[in-house]
Amino acid sequence: MNPRRRAILKTGSGATLLSLLGGAGLLAPGAAQAQTWNKAAFDTHNLAETMKALGGGDPVQSKDIVFFQTPDIAENGAVVPVGVSSNIPKTESIAILIEKNPNMLAATFDIPAGTDPSISTRVKMGQSSNIVALVKADGKYYVAAKEVKVTLGGCGG
Amino acid sequence: MADPMKIRANLVGDSTEVKVLMNHEMETGQRKDAQGAIIPAWFIQSVTVTYGGKTVLAAQWGPAVAKNPFLSFKFKGGAKGEKVTITWVDNRGDKRTDEATIA
Repeated sequence: MNPRRRAILKTGSGATLLSLLGGAGLLAPGAAQAQTWNKAAFDTHNLAETMKALGGGDPVQSKDIVFFQTPDIAENGAVVPVGVSSNIPKTESIAILIEKNPNMLAATFDIPAGTDPSISTRVKMGQSSNIVALVKADGKYYVAAKEVKVTLGGCGG
Repeated sequence: MADPMKIRANLVGDSTEVKVLMNHEMETGQRKDAQGAIIPAWFIQSVTVTYGGKTVLAAQWGPAVAKNPFLSFKFKGGAKGEKVTITWVDNRGDKRTDEATIA
């Protein structure tokens, strides 16, 4: 248990934590950006480090982000289907974060104009956790979360 | 060289629906082998989907994406017989590019 992480969890609500995750580096659109893997963001092992790696931002809770194909209870944490759809106009990118995984950030998707802001993939979850969708639209950040219970973890050894 | 991807691209109305199944271990770097040594991380870091010379989806992944990753999305446009090209690059620098014909 990392005491720093505990302290941070106590001091802020989920929304404030996420506000710090919506940094400019994470979801910047453009082909050049897509080629460079954001090591700093993916390499973090707890929330404090992730926040540091991504910098600031101020996302708004949004009901226009919809989870689909995402189960309430996942039997196998190694394969959890996640679908995220954004109804926010001018969606530029979608990121999937899993709150209690060793590395919180799972995937980011840049959505160029002409591509539907709706993606579906499969992720691993170490334990029951919130799945957080972070959407960047027209330069602003929006978030939504869905709790998924995991019966069998997918990140252990 | 890694195994080929399974790609399906179908024209649905005025959009092309792309579904990809990639063959990759997606080792997290968290697991240990029987001797207790950590199995090094090995996972796809970036995925690029192009159609007609234009990028229609660019993704960056961490090791939390499931083994043999699945991805599905839609883009506007596309024509039957045209090709969709998908490339991934993993953290060892391995690359794989496959293409599928829109049906």
